[in-house]
Amino acid sequence: MFKCKTSPEVGGMGHSVKRKEDARFLHGKGNYVDDVKLPGMLTMVMVRSPYAYAKIKSINKEKALAIPGVLAVITGNDLAQYNLHWMPTLLSDTQMVLPTDTVMHQSQEVCAVIATDRYIAVDGAEAVEVDYEPMQAIVDPFKALDEDAPLLRPDKEGQEDNQIYHWERGDRAKTDEVIANADVVVKERIYLPRIHVASIETCGCVASYDKDTQKLLVYLTTQAPHAIRTVVALVAGHVGLSEEKIRIISPDIGGGFGGKVPVYPAYVVAIAATFLIGKPVKWIEDRSENLVNGFARDYHMDCELAATKEGKIQAFKVSTLADHGYTDSSANPSKYPTGMFSICTGSYDYEHAFAELDAVYTNKAPGGVAYRCSFRVTEAVHAIERMVDKLAAEIDKDPALLRLENFIKKEQFPYDSPLGWSYDSGDYEATLHKAMEMIGYEDYKKEQAEKRKEGKLMGIGICTFTEVVGAGPSKDFDILGIAMFDSAEIRVHPTGKALARFGTKSQGQGHETTYAQILAEELGIPYTDIEIDEGDTDTAPYGLGTYASRSTPTAGAAAAIAARKLKDKGKKIAAHLLEVSEEDIEWEVGKYFVKGAPEKSKTIQDVAFAAYTNIPPGMEPGFEATHYYDPPNLTFPNGAYICVVEVEKETGAIDVKRFVAIDDCGNIINPMIVEGQVHGGLTQGIAPAMYEGIEYDDEGNVLNGTLMDYLVPTAVESPHWETGHTITPSPHHPLGAKGVAESPTVGAPPAIANAIIDALAPLGIKHLDIPITPAKVWEAIQAHS
Amino acid sequence: MKHTVTMTINGESVTAEVDSRLLLVHFIRENLDLTGTHIGCDTSNCGACTILLDGKSIKSCTYLAVRADGAEITTIEGIAAEGTNHPLQQAFHDQHGLHCGFCTPGMIMRSIDLLKNNPNPTEEEIRWGISGNLCRCTGYNNIVKSVQQAAKELQKESESV
Amino acid sequence: MIPANFIYHKATSVKEAIALVQTHGEEAKYMSGGHSLLPMMKLRFATPEHIIDISKIDGLSYIKEDGDFLKIGALTTQTDMEYNALILDKYAIFSDAIKLTADPSVRNVGTIGGNIAHGDAANDQPALMLAMRATIVAEGTDGEKEIPIDEFFHGFYMTALEPADILTEIRVPKAKKGSGGAYHKVERKVGDYATAGVAVHVELDDMGVCQEIGIGLTNVSAVPMRLDRGEALLKGKKITEDLIEEVGTMASEDCEPTSDLRGSEAYKRSIVNTITKRMIRLALERAQH
Repeated sequence: MFKCKTSPEVGGMGHSVKRKEDARFLHGKGNYVDDVKLPGMLTMVMVRSPYAYAKIKSINKEKALAIPGVLAVITGNDLAQYNLHWMPTLLSDTQMVLPTDTVMHQSQEVCAVIATDRYIAVDGAEAVEVDYEPMQAIVDPFKALDEDAPLLRPDKEGQEDNQIYHWERGDRAKTDEVIANADVVVKERIYLPRIHVASIETCGCVASYDKDTQKLLVYLTTQAPHAIRTVVALVAGHVGLSEEKIRIISPDIGGGFGGKVPVYPAYVVAIAATFLIGKPVKWIEDRSENLVNGFARDYHMDCELAATKEGKIQAFKVSTLADHGYTDSSANPSKYPTGMFSICTGSYDYEHAFAELDAVYTNKAPGGVAYRCSFRVTEAVHAIERMVDKLAAEIDKDPALLRLENFIKKEQFPYDSPLGWSYDSGDYEATLHKAMEMIGYEDYKKEQAEKRKEGKLMGIGICTFTEVVGAGPSKDFDILGIAMFDSAEIRVHPTGKALARFGTKSQGQGHETTYAQILAEELGIPYTDIEIDEGDTDTAPYGLGTYASRSTPTAGAAAAIAARKLKDKGKKIAAHLLEVSEEDIEWEVGKYFVKGAPEKSKTIQDVAFAAYTNIPPGMEPGFEATHYYDPPNLTFPNGAYICVVEVEKETGAIDVKRFVAIDDCGNIINPMIVEGQVHGGLTQGIAPAMYEGIEYDDEGNVLNGTLMDYLVPTAVESPHWETGHTITPSPHHPLGAKGVAESPTVGAPPAIANAIIDALAPLGIKHLDIPITPAKVWEAIQAHS
Repeated sequence: MKHTVTMTINGESVTAEVDSRLLLVHFIRENLDLTGTHIGCDTSNCGACTILLDGKSIKSCTYLAVRADGAEITTIEGIAAEGTNHPLQQAFHDQHGLHCGFCTPGMIMRSIDLLKNNPNPTEEEIRWGISGNLCRCTGYNNIVKSVQQAAKELQKESESV
Repeated sequence: MIPANFIYHKATSVKEAIALVQTHGEEAKYMSGGHSLLPMMKLRFATPEHIIDISKIDGLSYIKEDGDFLKIGALTTQTDMEYNALILDKYAIFSDAIKLTADPSVRNVGTIGGNIAHGDAANDQPALMLAMRATIVAEGTDGEKEIPIDEFFHGFYMTALEPADILTEIRVPKAKKGSGGAYHKVERKVGDYATAGVAVHVELDDMGVCQEIGIGLTNVSAVPMRLDRGEALLKGKKITEDLIEEVGTMASEDCEPTSDLRGSEAYKRSIVNTITKRMIRLALERAQH
């Protein structure tokens, strides 16, 4: 286990110190975007399309403009005059800011109403008259590629059908050959439906353009403020908004989970509106707008897993159809249009794999951003973990044993996966054993055998996942060409207190505490003496932001290395103060001392003071350091989750009796925060496993666009989670840390699905897609009895 | 149509002119600048807007400001003296019962009412008691522990009175 | 989500409320707790021009036994009922239902009268009222009237109440030796409207023979529904497991659910069958203790 190097007062790594950011939230003093109030501020409300696919014949603003307090109605044609009606997506597709002639999905932004307050703006939006000519929408992605399917994106040059791209990895021929000759092959089409992050705070912005200074200030619920600044400069540079004049402030964020990575059209409209009107403009999304205008997942995966009759896995093949809606706005690194989906070979040692994916346009909202998951890892893990369980059922082998026999062994790391990743470290066997011990696996197996004799349905589900996070090395990872490094800048003040700034942005992860702890670990300055600042592009160093569990792997590493630069400088200053040569100075947490004479020492605070008051001749004054960290590899957190369920045959009701999650995220900075992140991720795992899914009808209407019908779990649905850890440090991360917040969202759904399907196995049920609801279980039971 | 309303907010009397349709949550946030009360769903599902009205937790997004005429309202800003913590605030801090903090004020206001009606709730009673308040970050384990800690603390307080 | 403009009126008495509705006609709506009406107004599914706030009328919040009845004032909130000693002691059917209705903060505002007067078959209280053969007391332009529950629900969001009528009191039979009730609904998550719900009220004589039986169903028909056939089968008999099975089947046959996000018609029929049986058993158990 990890041994703390610092005292609890210093609060370095391994200490469960309480969070520094809590006080303002507990007292109602958080500053979220809707709390921002600027003099003269106006409110914007979007008019949205009731149709999934329609021509816009006309937009009549008159009645809206007649309402006292309505100042403007902005349409696509208005923006077209400035060539601002289209924008690039993060994956270099194109997306309408506002349409000039066609709407492509239900609830798409049609025009914007600007008014003196939000009540009037809503009235204005109700009063805008839009004449639509509805067209037959493509809702089923499998029909998008039909010969007679209408071409949804004729605006795109060279686009002849509704396919966005084809992607593949691995050796198709060899994989097919191994599958063709295998003793056992299990097959399944697995669907991970559209879901939405539904952070409790929706998205929004306050855009304010000062005509005198020509500066644009935007308060924005964004997980990536710097990237957004660059995007705004790229989109609106031609109208005079150049990057040095743009300031993005990401205030406190009420949950992100990936939903606050994209640039939503309304942001651009709000910026255009303040630019045109010259007053601050606020736009706050309502819940339905939030739920209907973005998504995660939506992968249809045809999987084949081949093995020997003893259960040695030999090959895995997965062919996916991805429904991206009307534009590909996935927030993925540009060389990875399917994200890290090729992690789909999982935690197992075998040679042959092939993955391919076809992405298509449909008349649905764009998105494809994460739901607390790093770039499509959830889809990949669900595919392999369901298939491994299916294999276990097929050859009648204990799924735990099957996994143990196929795991990549501890000594095989770094391990080159068949689809090209280099797993950094792990001890999968130990992790699974720990989970089995903690839950009492063998006892549950016995109980299950007894219950099955009585005709009762009890299931045990396992998931042993490998995550891939911390994007990423600049040679491979970029978004819109910007390398995916991240940054830290530390200023130690003369009195030994410090301010550190980062290119990331916390949305609840506790950066103000964990980053301070990293610096406390490295410098020995108490974490309470270190202020952490993020989110303001005018002050923070450039970074790609917080998503995909990348903050600790990238910015956390940057903090450690920047601190080490300071430590090196401090050593020279200490030598100067102690009048010995630098070689004679040694470091222990918080102080420098003379080799062999520990009583001759200077604290880090002494050294900081000297850096401003008594510097060695020729040395640059000050005690500051900056580092931009370009990771050499990704990190590969992993875990073993086990779930026990009981299912009531008569009603399909599912009772999650136990859920144990053992995570290995390398060295842990703050155990309390890590455990909290795992709890939260697990609830966002049970959510898609049993409750959530965006439902469409045949016309492309969303059927559950409010929290009345989009079923975010409450404390009652959320089980009492049991957690634990194994620690296998990352060999390449300066702190040995890996990142954790998304592992549970990745690992929980297959564990739950496997448990429920295991419960139903005696009835002959072999697979169910998530969300597995009582209604779905009941239908399956009827079909099998 | 405007109505003159007078209510007590966090111990102070407030008189204001409000439109018939003004929602209480907007009155609190925008007219009074008490932005600790949040809006999360508009359909009374999420509980981010929970406040106390005459001592009972209500969802202020589904309550007209004009109906609060004569009422005593408490928001998150009014449950403890400046610089101090209500036992629930302390417990949420101690037990890591919050991540992003957006649901936290509503969760705490709801929990005050819960503990008033049931000073010593079981874990299950706490889970049902906060079932009208959604949290997307914490997975609820630590919120339950926070309410348990506060229950103990409040019981100690009431015993010592 | 913001409601359209309307004019708010506060009524301090039933008479004043009725007069206000008479003045403003069809465009006026009563609001008690507002947790059914205001969400519809925010979504602009409802756009009344006048809201008559009846929540401040004195004297309409009470729970008392009087003669042969339990009388509940229409403005009694669900929370008032949840923690009421009389209810907790003798009327478990209400406790069953209230715990499953919305959530505690909504129950702090939502009233029993509103839950019934809204005329929504998805609400929980209508099934209870049917099971207990409640009498609905309302006051209108012609004075007070008593409406038997079987004449109360007319259609989708439609009841026997005239636009000016105010529901003032609910009367259900007083709990006595040999009587018992139970309610349960299947919901997708806590606080949800019912996928299907069943309320059962029984009264047994000293021999254990069923003297009165009421079975009400939630959200499996356009109008809150009574299971007539099941009641007829059980009344006057000693209720056996075989009879319970039969009534479960009848419930699944007679209910009129539609397939939607909550599940298929077949699933809902099956759920109704199961809960009907369970609630009869639970009501019997309670009646016998």
